[in-house]
Order: sequence, then C-alpha cells, then structure tokens
Amino acid sequence: MTPFLHFNQVRKTYGDIHAVDQVDLSIRKGEFFSLLGPSGCGKTTLLRMVAGFERPDVGRILLEGVDITDLPPNRRKVNTIFQNYALFPHLSVWENIAFGLRVAKRPAAEIKSAVDAMIDLIQLNAHARKKPSQISGGQKQRVAIARALINQPDVLLLDEPLAALDLKLRQRMLLELDQIHDQVGITFVYVTHDQGEAMSLSDRIAVMNHGRIEQLGAPAEIYETPNSSFVAAFIGDSNFFDGVVTELIEPDYCRLRIDGFPDVMCYNDKRKQRGDLVHLSVRPEKFRLSLDPPPNEARANCVRGRVAEVVYLGAQTKFLVHVQEYRLAITQQHSRFLLDQKPIRWEDEVWIWWHADDGYMLDRYSQTDEELLEMPAG
Amino acid sequence: MKRSRIPLYTTWAVLIFFYLPIGVLILHSFNASRFSSSWEGFSWRWYIRLFAERDIWFALQNTVIVALSSTIVSMVLGSIAAYALHRYHTRLQRVHYTLIYTPLVVPDILMGISLLLFFVGIGMQLGLITIFLAHTSFCVSYVAMVVLARLQDFDDSILEAARDLGATWWTTTWRVLLPLLAPGIAAGGLLAFTLSIDDFVITFFVTGPGATTLPIQIYSMIKHGSPPLINALSTLLLVVTFLIVWLVQHLTQEEHRHEVD
Repeated sequence: MTPFLHFNQVRKTYGDIHAVDQVDLSIRKGEFFSLLGPSGCGKTTLLRMVAGFERPDVGRILLEGVDITDLPPNRRKVNTIFQNYALFPHLSVWENIAFGLRVAKRPAAEIKSAVDAMIDLIQLNAHARKKPSQISGGQKQRVAIARALINQPDVLLLDEPLAALDLKLRQRMLLELDQIHDQVGITFVYVTHDQGEAMSLSDRIAVMNHGRIEQLGAPAEIYETPNSSFVAAFIGDSNFFDGVVTELIEPDYCRLRIDGFPDVMCYNDKRKQRGDLVHLSVRPEKFRLSLDPPPNEARANCVRGRVAEVVYLGAQTKFLVHVQEYRLAITQQHSRFLLDQKPIRWEDEVWIWWHADDGYMLDRYSQTDEELLEMPAG
Repeated sequence: MKRSRIPLYTTWAVLIFFYLPIGVLILHSFNASRFSSSWEGFSWRWYIRLFAERDIWFALQNTVIVALSSTIVSMVLGSIAAYALHRYHTRLQRVHYTLIYTPLVVPDILMGISLLLFFVGIGMQLGLITIFLAHTSFCVSYVAMVVLARLQDFDDSILEAARDLGATWWTTTWRVLLPLLAPGIAAGGLLAFTLSIDDFVITFFVTGPGATTLPIQIYSMIKHGSPPLINALSTLLLVVTFLIVWLVQHLTQEEHRHEVD
C-alpha cells in the first residue's frame, strides 16, 4: 500500500536552528495521527508544511503520491484547524462556515444546503447569525471544525485545537473530535504537546524532539516500550537507573548490575550484550510496594527503601521512596478497599519489587530528559 | 476618609482653560459690535456677511478638494505601507519605517521649506497640485501609523485560514484583510482629513496664486482686519467638527454594543 501522506527527507532550518531535521514519515489513509512533543520540537512546522504555509528547505511532501511541496495553501485538499480557531471576526457563524464554498464559487443553493447541514451537525442552529465574538470557546471550536470540514479535505490538520479550552471542555471536545473522525473517516493529523490528548485519540503517535522523530508507534507501544529517555519521560513518568549487563539469560532476559540493588533482571528485547552499559527504566505504576517482604518467586528486582513522601489521590497513591541515591516515583492503584490494609506512611521501611518484563532498556539516554520529570505535567 | 476635592477643581480648571477662549469666540460671533471689546447685542449679521464672502467659499472649496484627494490617496498608500511594514522585517523595511516615521517628527516649517525648494527645483507650478502633494506626503505617515497599530493586534492566522480554505491571495485581501482593517483605515483617513483641512504652515509655503485654502484665507482676513467674520466662520467649523466627532463616536459605540450583546 502506498502511503497516503508522505514526508520524504524533509528539513527546515531557521538561522542555526533545525526546526525540522531529516524527517521521513508516512501517514496512512483515514488514520488519526498525532505529532507529539514539547514546544519548539518542530511539530507545528511539520504541520504548516502540509498546509502550505512553510516550505521545506530540503525534501518533498507527497499526498496520494502527488508532490504538493510547491503548491500554495489554497490549492491543497488539506484544511487546518488553528490553535486560536482563526475565525473571521467580521463574518457570522454561517458565513464563516460558508467561506470555503463561497471562494470556490459554488452555486448559492448548494452552499445553503451544505452549510445548513453542517450547522445541524455541530448543533449551532441557534447561533448561526451570531458573530464569533458572541459565542463561547467550545462553540468557536465547533465552527472551526465545520468550516474546515465543509471543503471535504483529504487531510484535516489540527494545530493544538484544544489548548485554549478549559479542562472540562477539553475532555468533551476530545470525545467530539473522536466521534467526528469516526463519522467523516478522513485522515487527521493532530499536533499537541499534551500526551494525554495524543494517547487517547491517536491510532499512531510520532514523538518529536529537536526537529526529529524520536519514536513512532501506537500509543501503548510508545508508553510501554519507549526507546529513549526523552520519550520515557515525556510520555508518562519514569524512573531511570544506570547499570551494566552482567549475564545473558536465554532466551530473552539479561541480568544487570545496578549499584545498591541486589539482583536485577530485565527483558532483553534490545539484544544487549555482556558488559554493555544500559539505562533501565521502570514506570511508577509497575512497582509493587509493601511493608512485608514479597513472595519468594519475586526475589529478583527486589529492594528495600524508605518512604519520603505520600500523596493520596483517592483512586491511587503516589509515593516517593529513597533507595540508595535514587528517588523512586511509585504509584499504587487502589483496586481493593483501602481501609482494611495497614497504610504505608512517611518514613516507613518498605519492600519494592517489579517484574522483569516491566522494565525496559533505553536506546538513548540523556540526563536532561530526566529533568522532564521535575516539570509539572501539562 | 473624606474624598479629596482636588481632582474636581483640577477638572474644572482644565475645562475652563480649554473651552473659555472658544466660548468667548462663539459669543463674539453673535456680537453686533465690530470690536470684541464691547457687547452691543445679539446679531446674525456676521453669519449673513460670511455667506456673501465669495473668497471664503472659494477657499473652502479648495480646502475640501485638497483634503479629500490627499486623504483618499494617503489612505491607499498608507495602508499598503503599513501592511508592508507589518508583513516583512527586512533591513529595507527598517529604513522604510524610518522614512514613514520621520514626517511625524520633522517640524512643519522644515517640511514646508524643503517641499517648496523641491517644487521650485523641479520647476513645478505652485498651486492646488503642490498643496495636494505636500499634504499627501505627511498624511501618508499618519494613516500608516494608525493602520500599523491596528495590524499589531491583528491575528495573521486569520489570513492563513482564508488561504487554507481555498482563497487566493487576492480574495483573501478583499474579503478578509480589508474588511478587518477598514476601521483602522477609516480612522487614519479621518485623521488625515482633519490634518489636511487645518494645515497652515506647510500649505503657506507651497501655495500659489489662486490656490488659497481656508486657513490661509483666515490668516489674510485677520491681517486685513475682519475678526467678527472669522469668529462666525470658526463657530461654524466648530459645529461641523463636533458633528463629525459625535458621528464617529456614535458609530463606534454601535459596533461595541453589538459585540457585548
């Protein structure tokens, strides 16, 4: 199958900064595809190249096999939903939606029926005559979607469309976007810095950093097996350990030496060899935490620590536990009635263990990525 | 705590300072006396005399011709200049900005002299055309500055949205950019119009035979001693000015109310 939307060795520089650096990417037809990364990672530049607002310095962009790199924005069957909606303030809601058909010089009767149908779809009949300044943020969002969809684009580009909305509304629009994608069945390319949005909506995600794609895959794939410390820290939280491979355990496991830990085993899908320096990463919710020692079969990957912080959140509790020089972030889900158990408190000595399959070794590691963990989740 | 009365007094003082001379002028325009030193009863005579003065009507006609033409031309040129300044940030545009900005700070007398020297230098007949050119040369700057201020709040992604929806550059300009800039362009035009109407210094330098504008006419009337006529004329101008200001405020308020609704 030929790719639907294809970036071929695309590069764009502003001065000394590589906004987009050698990106090769294929997006499938009908897919909900997300470009995820921190601000300045190049995701928006990539999107604007598809829309036609930026030209790559090097490389081509193909849509259904046709080179669109040099086409002006108005000649691409691609429409964009802008971060701030970019509705026309001097036109009514109705005229905003009709704009695409008007400039295409469609017959008036066709415009009327198409726009009316679209307004029905987004349930804004009561507001059709109002100006954008007179409707709420969520309504503006829907107008922006309707306006972009009325041209029946091959690809719909969404540039952080929910960033301007408050949390409640964001969650509702998230569901609506998902429904719209299912209804219209066209390809969505979604740019966001919010991993939650990307994870919940996307078929596939490309995690970007410094103009490159760090990892490409389905949400679960990216979450469970990040291949770099950046991805591990950016998507969800992670704990990082430095270690050395000491022994290969056939067929798929290896034994690691990590200072302060008695015996660590890890699933070795990356085919590390003896003596390789590795970075082991474990997600907070993969740890088990208990005041009592673990059952015998879990003797590997077991260590003692001291609880430094407890944050009870109802459905779960977050712990910060000191183990040697490490500070482990650990999350425990409360699937059983909590008050029957002896609670783990501050300063308690605890046992921590995890399954060898639940840790993963990173291809690339950078100390600064660990600092992403210190940032508040956005 | 008792509220200070100083702000109230200051307000009254400022209002008196501003409007007392104007009040006196209006009063004397209805004074039957030829001299403003004494009051000899209410009279319309200066207004009636005013309407009989052919020179004044001729000067007014010249003023309106110059003001309208230079306003229209400077609205077009100024808006285009403002868009260029907003859109591009090259070194050339920085020079451009300085060039646009300079006429706002250069003293009128300097503008007047240099324009006169220029027109004489290229052998141009002084007259309405030269006044029109002179007025346009400074009105462009004012329009450009007002429109540029409007563009600073302008969300460029709106233009991108139009292009994205299939509009050509030309359609985007006509159907999106111009309607949105219209209030700014109109405000700039109004400013240019008022500046052109009451410009004296520059006009004085570049005017020629048969091209008297109203301010110059008023000046020569004062010199030849007919102040009561000028009082009447000034009062009429004042009324027209207030009408325009009221109209503009009324229109902008209407727009504002619409938004709040």
